[in-house]
Amino acid sequence: MKDLRTPLGDEVLDLRAGDRVTLSGIVYTARDEAHQRMQTEGIPFRPEGAAIYHCGPVIQNEHIVAAGPTTSARMNELSGFLIDNGVKALIGKGGMGTKVLEELKDRAVYLAYTGGCAALAASRMTLKGVYFRDLGMAEAVWAIELDHLPLTVGMDAHGGDLFADVRKKAECSFNQAFPKI
Amino acid sequence: MKSPEENRLHKAVSGATLRALCDAETHLPPDVLAALKRARSSETSDIAEAELDTMIRNLEVAERLGVPICQDTGVPVVYVSLPLEVSLTEAIYEGIADGVRRATESVPLRPNVVDPLTRENSGDNCGEGMPAVHIRQGQSFTITVLPKGAGSENVSRCAMFLPSEKDQIKRFVVETMLIAGGKPCPPVVLGVGIGGTFDGVTALAKEALLQPIDCMDDFEQELCDAVNALGIGPMGLGGATTALAVKIKRGGCHTASLPVAVNVQCWVCRRVTVGVNYP
Repeated sequence: MKDLRTPLGDEVLDLRAGDRVTLSGIVYTARDEAHQRMQTEGIPFRPEGAAIYHCGPVIQNEHIVAAGPTTSARMNELSGFLIDNGVKALIGKGGMGTKVLEELKDRAVYLAYTGGCAALAASRMTLKGVYFRDLGMAEAVWAIELDHLPLTVGMDAHGGDLFADVRKKAECSFNQAFPKI
Repeated sequence: MKSPEENRLHKAVSGATLRALCDAETHLPPDVLAALKRARSSETSDIAEAELDTMIRNLEVAERLGVPICQDTGVPVVYVSLPLEVSLTEAIYEGIADGVRRATESVPLRPNVVDPLTRENSGDNCGEGMPAVHIRQGQSFTITVLPKGAGSENVSRCAMFLPSEKDQIKRFVVETMLIAGGKPCPPVVLGVGIGGTFDGVTALAKEALLQPIDCMDDFEQELCDAVNALGIGPMGLGGATTALAVKIKRGGCHTASLPVAVNVQCWVCRRVTVGVNYP
């Protein structure tokens, strides 16, 4: 298991789909609305080496109560500009599309965090700041410091995509069990 | 102006709803926890084992800290069993909404309920027809909550088959999971409705999710095995456990119809029933 820390550099290029890692340091949450806002108004934090976490946390009294991942595929069409600006890791659940796989090539990785595991995530997080607060609790960009969050490399910088491999096998198995009439 | 009796009913229902939501958001039912642990011991892939370990560790942290298991605390779906001696009044609906508002503040719950078109958030998990309340006559006065997350709800499906297409049910259930892949946070529980009407079959599918998952009949087991043969695994990263269980609820239907619905439930299969302290 490799221990990573933000800001990330070229060490992410050594990772392969299926590797287990932990991540420490600052990450920025962003969902649909934050991505759209950043495209029009600019990225409010330093993007070089940054990690984006697809997450809409529960925050109470400036404290993170629960912060698991949301479905990353919703950001399939919204992530290229982040990688162009130097973002090195996207974190979420469920994987992303072929467009993102291309955009990641030789530049960045997609890390999967276990869906639903919001309490464990929160227990390893400290809230450091917030941007776009007017978007509301779920959609704002929260700056969060992580302490060894356990992650799986879902998509690497060399075209490796664990989700796509699993999907392909599932399709084969389905077509065998239920042949077209 | 409510009568003292109505005020007492309102308070009892609000308190029961709050208790049920607090419990449901922070603990999974014992049968679900046992199913996750069984899945952990039967997995052979390192990644699937690690995913299930993280889930089980997450449950321990949520319980220890008394915080929600998942940040998608769902929308409040509520089932009421109402005995004959309690009359159905507005105080019951208002009491449930009040319990939801209090839980939103105190658990806390993420405010998830928005207007479907303006997307304006009510801030308190209430809205037009929300909480979704289903009232049935029953022996005892109880409130059951099923906080439903969106990742799994969004991949649920419904179809109107012909009576001659009974053998298509299995294909439809497995295909639903094939399309869903890792999106609904597997290992899932599938609630399958068979029969009823177009609207009723989806209600049957959701009610199927209220059943304990520690036993399945032969057809449920057959469907569950067929889903697991896909190999989607925990979080879509591959593995032996794609579904923890399939539960079916049937309803009488028109001789010319065969409605089928699949309501997908993530591994955070939350449901709690509490007694209402009334009369």
